Amino acid sequence: MHSPFFKGMSHGIPIALGYFSVSFGFGIKAVMSGLSVTAASLISLTNLTSAGQAAGVDVIAAGGTIFEMILVQLTINLRYSLMSLSLSQKLDKKFTMPHRLLASYGITDEIFAVCSSQTGLLTPAYMYGMIFIATVGWVLGTFLGASAGQILPQSVSSAMGIVLYGMFLAIIIPPAKKEKSVLFVISLAAALSMVFYYFIQNISAGFAMIISAVIAAAAGALLFPVRENIGGQA
Amino acid sequence: MSTGIYIAVMAGVTYIIRMIPFTFFTKKIKSEFVRSFLHYIPYAVLSAMTLPAILYSTGDMMTAAVGTVVAVILAYFGCPLIVVALAASLAAYIAGLF
Repeated sequence: MHSPFFKGMSHGIPIALGYFSVSFGFGIKAVMSGLSVTAASLISLTNLTSAGQAAGVDVIAAGGTIFEMILVQLTINLRYSLMSLSLSQKLDKKFTMPHRLLASYGITDEIFAVCSSQTGLLTPAYMYGMIFIATVGWVLGTFLGASAGQILPQSVSSAMGIVLYGMFLAIIIPPAKKEKSVLFVISLAAALSMVFYYFIQNISAGFAMIISAVIAAAAGALLFPVRENIGGQA
Repeated sequence: MSTGIYIAVMAGVTYIIRMIPFTFFTKKIKSEFVRSFLHYIPYAVLSAMTLPAILYSTGDMMTAAVGTVVAVILAYFGCPLIVVALAASLAAYIAGLF
């Protein structure tokens, strides 16, 4: 356990277990949206992110344009640029350019959270260990969910459709309880999203989400500017 | 359009977002508005994605509503992500038995 790679792996085991069950739900959702098991697994292997993948599958299912896909991924995954920025200040000298190019693949909410809570500098081996085990959990869960989605009874697989959304609620509700500003932002975003869903149906789901989120976050930034502590978030 | 193209675009955009700051940026963002916007955007995105979609996630609005209520309560009391996610699903499943 002294090797940094194994240390990273052991720190990543809880992440992998969590990813496994959430991506199981993603696999089911992807297949229900008309994707193949291979496509679902490939998405998980190449993207390693929950919200972006779920929204991406929605765009594919709706036959959206590539422009819409790019904009959806940019908006949803923009937060990673902030996490990457934050982690880039915390890297060991061993993190040469090729290592940076490789390790940036695996910066997720949870990996960011664990890495940024480490005292001392991050080595490539440590991050690779964590990313490796988390990716195994994520892809394996997707594969099994997508495969079993067709074997499981309808009642079970449809109940699993809510898993990802349950996780989203678990990410946004605790900070909303602590900070009025976050409560304001999530309430406004949800309200706008419902207005689009029920009243403005000629705008696609992806764009409706982007517009709702951008308006809510901009309103939050204007009304409740954040002075410090960027990064300690979802 | 081919699913492969969609997947390549998703993966490419997601990778670039992570890679550019990690590899090239060393300075901190100064604009308070941009920093605040970036702070709030994840919450806004997840919220807009969840509502109202969660109500249609199980194919039956009644079971989905039960799962949603359970998720909100457990999340409010700070249960771990995985507990909230699985409990929501279990609650929706149980509600579906009736």
